[in-house]
Order: sequence, then C-alpha cells, then structure tokens
Amino acid sequence: MKATSPLQALDRRSFLKATALAGGGMALSLSLGGGSSAQGIEAGGTLTNFVTIDRSGKVTITAKNPEIGQGVMTSLPMLIAEELDCDWAKVKVVQADYDAARYERQRAGGSFAIPDEYLPMRRAGAAARAMLVEAAANASGIAASELSTKAGFVRHGASGREWSYGELADAAALLRAPDLLNIPLKDPKLFRIIGKPTTGADSHRVLAGEALFGIDANMPGMLHAVVETSPAHGGKLKSVDDSAARAAHGVVAVIRLDGVGGPSVMPDGVAVVATNHWYAEQARKLLKLEWDLSASKGHSLDAYAQRAAQSHDARSGHDLRRDGDPAAALTNSAKVVKARYSYPFIAHATLEPQNCTAVFKDGRLEMWAPTQTPGRGVSLIAEHLGIPARNQTLHITRIGGGFGRRLFADFMVQAAAIAKAMPGKPVQLLWSREEDIKRDYYRPGGWHSFEAGIDDTGKLTAFTDHFVTLGEGGKAHRSAGMPPTHFPADLVPDLQYRHEVIDTVIPMGPLRAPSSNALAFAFQGFLDEVAEAGGKDLPTLMLELCAGDQVVGEDTNAWGSGFAFRTKRARGVIAHVMKQSGWISQPRGGGRGFGFGFYFSHKGYFAEVADVSVSGSETKVNRIWVAADVGSQIVNPFGAEAQVTGAVIDGLGQLFGQRISFQDGAIEQQNFDTFPLARIGVTPQIDIDWVLTDNPPTGLGEPALPPAIPAVTNAIYAATGKRIRDLPLNRA
Amino acid sequence: MADDPEEREFTLSINGEEQRIRATPDMPLLWALRQEAGLSGVKFGCGAALCGACTVHLDGNPVRSCVIPVAAAENSDITTIEGLQDDPTARKLFDAWLETDVMQCGYCQAGQIMSAHALLRRTPKPSPDDIDMAMSGNICRCGTYLRIREAIRIASGQEES
Ligand code: FES
Ligand code: FES
Repeated sequence: MKATSPLQALDRRSFLKATALAGGGMALSLSLGGGSSAQGIEAGGTLTNFVTIDRSGKVTITAKNPEIGQGVMTSLPMLIAEELDCDWAKVKVVQADYDAARYERQRAGGSFAIPDEYLPMRRAGAAARAMLVEAAANASGIAASELSTKAGFVRHGASGREWSYGELADAAALLRAPDLLNIPLKDPKLFRIIGKPTTGADSHRVLAGEALFGIDANMPGMLHAVVETSPAHGGKLKSVDDSAARAAHGVVAVIRLDGVGGPSVMPDGVAVVATNHWYAEQARKLLKLEWDLSASKGHSLDAYAQRAAQSHDARSGHDLRRDGDPAAALTNSAKVVKARYSYPFIAHATLEPQNCTAVFKDGRLEMWAPTQTPGRGVSLIAEHLGIPARNQTLHITRIGGGFGRRLFADFMVQAAAIAKAMPGKPVQLLWSREEDIKRDYYRPGGWHSFEAGIDDTGKLTAFTDHFVTLGEGGKAHRSAGMPPTHFPADLVPDLQYRHEVIDTVIPMGPLRAPSSNALAFAFQGFLDEVAEAGGKDLPTLMLELCAGDQVVGEDTNAWGSGFAFRTKRARGVIAHVMKQSGWISQPRGGGRGFGFGFYFSHKGYFAEVADVSVSGSETKVNRIWVAADVGSQIVNPFGAEAQVTGAVIDGLGQLFGQRISFQDGAIEQQNFDTFPLARIGVTPQIDIDWVLTDNPPTGLGEPALPPAIPAVTNAIYAATGKRIRDLPLNRA
Repeated sequence: MADDPEEREFTLSINGEEQRIRATPDMPLLWALRQEAGLSGVKFGCGAALCGACTVHLDGNPVRSCVIPVAAAENSDITTIEGLQDDPTARKLFDAWLETDVMQCGYCQAGQIMSAHALLRRTPKPSPDDIDMAMSGNICRCGTYLRIREAIRIASGQEES
C-alpha cells in the first residue's frame, strides 16, 4: 500500500517506550504525534499501559477512542495485534479513561479512526514485535534476522526452537523501542488478523448483562437526577416554584441550574434529585416553572418553509460559487429542468438517552460518561463551572449510540453542575426520552431550488442551486452548510450555488454524515430528473459527468470538512454497482422500480441501487446493492459490513418517517411514536461489494448513508412516476 | 403522580431468587430491577413500551418492564438477561449472536435476546415472518436487524453457520 496521506506528517513525533509490568511482563506506552504528549514522557509522567504482555503471553490492548458502536474497540486493536503477530484469541481489549496528556484524537466522529490510526497503530504493533524478536536474539545468540514470529511466538526455523511472547516479555521490557517511522510493516498479503471477520471485543460482556454503559455506572448511595428545561428553545427561566416537587416521595434536592455558555453548553433548567429515577421523574412533573419564551416566538418549521419559498422566488442571498454565466447558459439551453427539494430537521435519538454520573468531593470531580468527545466536556466544565481540568477524572463508558449527538457535552456539564451542588454525593443524571428528543442538536432542515440546462444531445451544461439553510447572524451553521466544491462543481461549465440563511434558535449539530445525509437526497434526486429529461438514466449521467480524470477540491485535514473528490474512483463504484445489481434502465410500471444514488463523503465513494415496490400507500424496499471504495483494505469485514448496513437502514428510517418540527421554538415530537426509528420489518436484503483501490483505508461510520436515500426515492419514482421532493415519505 | 404513593417492601422472584426491595407500587419494574435490585442488563430507552430495550420475561412471556408497575410483578417469575446465562436456548442465541457479530453499540441487545428467546420457546423453527413479527417491538438504533434475523435462524438450527 502506498501511504501518501497526511498521516506521515502527523506521525513524526510518535514514539513508544517500554517498561516492566508489575508482576512480570512488558508494558508499552505510546505517544501519538504532537509535542505535548512527548513532553509528558520527558517529564517522567507515568504513562498508560497501551499494550501489555504478561508472562503468560496474554496481550492487553487499551482502546483509546470511545466505542459508540462503530467498532473501533475491535478494529484499532486488530491493527496492533496484526503487526505484533500475536494470537487474537489471547488479546484483551480495555477502554482507556480520558487523558489529554496521553492520547491524541481521543474521540469518535467523522469516520476518522481508521484513516488517522491505520499506520500509527500498525507501527506500534510492529515495534513491539521487533523488541520481542530482539529479546529472543539476545537470549539465544541467534541473529534476529534468522528469527520469525507467529501467533505469539518467536521461532527459529533452522533449529525449530521457539519462545513464547510471555517468556520474552520481561527481557523485552528492558530494550529500547525502535524508531516508529522506519519500522518495517507487513506485506498486506500476509495479514492474518486485518481483513478477517472479527467479533466485537466486548460483545460477550454485553450479552452477560454486565454494567458497561453510561447508564450502568453505579455507586453505593448513588442518587438519581432528571432535569426540566424550557418547553421551547431559546427560553429563559424566570421563576421556580418547587414546593410540591420537594415534598414528593423520594426527593432529596431540587437544584436550579442557571444556563452557561449558551444552548451548546448548558441551558437554564431545574434538576430534581431523588433516590430513584422514577421518583425524580414523578417529582419533576410537579415543578411549577415560569419561562420567558419571547425569543422563541415565530420560530416554527412552517414559517421557515414559507420564508424559504419566498427567498427562492426572490433568489435572495449571496453566491457561494459562480462559474461562467449560468443565467445565460440556462437561457440558451435546449431544455431547462427546475425543481425544489426540502428535508426536515431530525433528531439523533441514540437508544441510550443522554446521561452522566458524577461525584464532586474535596474539589475533585469524577465522572462516568458516554461521550464521543471526552475532552470537550472536561474543558467546558473547567471553563464554566470552575473545576480545573487537572481536578477532573473522566471514565469513558461504553456508549449506546453516538451518531454525532455525544459530540456535545451539555449533559456532562449538567451532571457536573448538579454534583457540584451536592458535594460528596454520587449522582446519575439520566434524561427521559422526551427530554432527549426535545433537547437535541438537530440535523438542520433545508430547502433547495434547482435549475439545470441541457443541450440537444442531453448533456448537462448549466446547473444552479439556491439553498436556503439555517444559522445565526446570517451565517450558515457548521452542520447546515454546503462546500462550494459540491458535486457537480467543476464538472459543469456554468454553475451557481447561492445561499440564503434563516436565523434560528433551534440548536443544530452534526448527525451521521453531516450535511451529506441531506444534500445527497436533494442533489441526486434532482440529477435523476435531469438525466430523465436528457433521455438517459442517472448512473449514465454520472459516468458522463465523471468521464475525465479530475480532482475536485482538496484534502483538508480539518475535521469533517472538505476532501478531494476523484472522478475516477466515482466511476469505479458507479460502474460496479450497475453490474452488481443487474441495472437496466429503470423498469417502469407494475409498482416496482430500481433507483440509483451516488455520494462521496468522509473520503468514501458509495454507489447504491435500490429495488422498491409500491402498492397503495405502502412502500417496500426489497433490496439494496452497495458498491463501496474506501481504499485498499477492509480492516474488519464484520464491523465494516455492519457499518454499511446500519447506515443504509438509518437512511431508510430517516426517509420513511423522521421529522422534527416546532411551533414557536417548541419541538412537537416526544417519543418513538411520533419520531419513528427503523424497525426490523423495513430492513431489505443488502448486498455489499468492496471495490478495493490503491488508496489509504478510510472510515465507514458515515459514507454509506447519504446515497441510500436518493436510491430509494429515485426507485419510488421509477415505480410510480411520482417524484419524492420532500422528506419524509410519511408523517407520523 | 399517583396521590402520595406509599413506599413498601416487595418480594420479587428475580432469576429464581427471592429479593426484597422497597418501592412505591407504581414504580415501573424497570426501575425496581435496575436501581433497587441492582441489575444492569435491562435497559431504558423510551419508558413508553415503544422500543423494547427494557424487555424481561414475566412467567416466560416477554413484557416491557418500563410500563409494568412493580406491584403487578409481585407474584410472577421475573427473568432478565442475567438469569438466562445458563439456559440452553439462550446459549444457542448467544453463540449465534457472537458468531454473526450482531452487536454494534449493544444497548438494545439484551432486549433483543429476551424477545428472541421468547420467540424460540413458542416457535422453535420460526419463519422469516415469525421473526420479523416477534422482533418488531425491539428497536435497534444501530440497525443490526439483518444479523438479528440471521442469528435467530442459526440459533434455531435453520441455517448453516
Ligand atoms: S424502555 Fe421500555 S419499551 Fe422502551
Ligand atoms: S446495537 Fe445499538 S441500538 Fe442496537
């Protein structure tokens, strides 16, 4: 594999250090990049045992990134174990606590784990292996070059002698670790662990009902807290009458929480703390709170939709990008296609509601939190609650789903504020489902007005999108934007992307494949219309647009922002999925149709075809084919396929029924009856083909989702002749 | 809130053992199990019988413990995932679950197993429709449904593993 990504640059300061393990064996500490962690080692700080090998040969690997179901707790240790050449059955994986001094990039999100860690983790494993070989060479007097390793043993082929890693570990602990950058890595052809379907490292513990999740944190005497926040976003707490709540059964305290740092940190609220969650929840209903809701007035989804329509009519806003002369090109084109598309807000609805357990004692805060960004919670608590980071300990628990929701740390700040008000008492804050849906950082809604010009050969010559989105102070929110390089930019000569921003009080944030999950539906849906008007189908139009070998945009290493789009890789998956699905120009009528969708996000190229049947008001997705290019290597086929099928099913859930709406800032959905998640019955057969290309492996948490939605809506059109231009299909 | 419910002692039969807990009669079994009896396998997802995360068995039947008052469970045998560890049908499910790597975040999975177990006891060789029907009350936010189907077929001896 050619490693041409920015990984190498990031990796220059990585190094490994060996120490003896208490009780015998070796402990390796790894510093990943960056100067601060290196200084930690120089200063003699005790480092976490990143990889340990005890005398029995048992290997323990510390997984530094939070596990939200994306499988990093298995896939990253697999990278180490492969190069270490140990027996996977003897590997134990443990979750690291949060520690900024020891770990970099200790977070889950952006499908970044595999691209960030593919080489650093392998190098760490290879270096440990080299030390074990060196220890065997020293002990036996045999040259290291004559020794090989396999499944936890160093062997000397000529003499048949072998040493287990366990017996070598003591001696290896005394050696100097080799330079990570120059350590030779295995030829991928020889991989025995990477590329092998591997069951989740902790799955058996979940099946045993062990206490692994945030909600499972428990301590003697622990109390239970719930919070009541404003009925509408933007509300301010005016007065609190908690007399009835305080008198309620089991209640220990009622605590007023004055908001800090705006809605993204902690809104105003009142916490009720009781001896059982049930008692707290019952007492919460007795609170009499008065809110100032003036800031929420007028913030209604319907009102936004009306403003978007007016804005479309007036083409108000500013250009995000303008190439050539799109207006003239449209006038001169043989045919013009116009359509408007919209999608609603949606919630993350992680199955484990937001929660955090905290105890504040003698000025120190200890927390157990299911968080995707542990560092964010710690620094927000330091900044807003005045508990310095060095006085905080954070245990990262297993996490009942992330999808971007737990990139925010509002629930951690709340829990810390409650714990701080009750020193010495452990408290678990747990939100009700209603609170969780009411107080999310939603995937923003959006409204697009498209126009496209086609010449008389059916070629796309002009393309414009007027995108009405949401933000603050006229600036689009980070999760509500669109990169100016968005497809088909640079591939159509006359092109315009225009932007108008509606100011909102509704909190917004990234949701699995941020922006892409919405834009794919609108753009691929409209391009399907363009293809039809030009007398062809969408994959054919896409192949035409991608015909030359072009690179659009550039790779930035910023989290979640733009990446270079390579037309060649797009062609690869599009052509593949056409073959894989037996794509023929859409069969029409009979209530059944095929639809196509392509999208590039998080460095992954995905082309998908859906086979859909419609009868009456019922839409059934029979089958979905997925062709994916995420580079040269699939680390864990089990985990990888799970991410793809999960993302596709997530897309179906969004498409069928998910919609968050609001009146004067008040969210109208409360629970899974009005905000429905995909259930087993909607699940189609899903066929995945990996199109392997000579590129560094990239992540899979997100990029399979976006094209699933237009593949299905385009199939519905093929089946019924009815265009789906507004999501969701059904309103609960 | 029920008017000033009175806390009292309940004797519950949980996983074959009698356990005394204190609760108000209206407390859902879920919270009694998690926070009074100290069982962590049963999970909270919605509190409204909509997601299945809290599924336990009451006399062998799958129920949503978030809507069953503890008083109503007093004379029944309560089984949670912890109590199924040595059960032969459950062992088959666990093995199939690990073999097909069903789990993503894992939060829904105890509830899924409880529903699958009840299905297999009623219908040892469930058809695909039986499976979808029996599992329709259990949401998996991560979308592990394809492997849930496969694992149940394997556990019921209907598919080569
Ligand atoms: S928590 Fe009981 S069904 Fe969701
Ligand atoms: S595995 Fe995450 S909710 Fe089912």
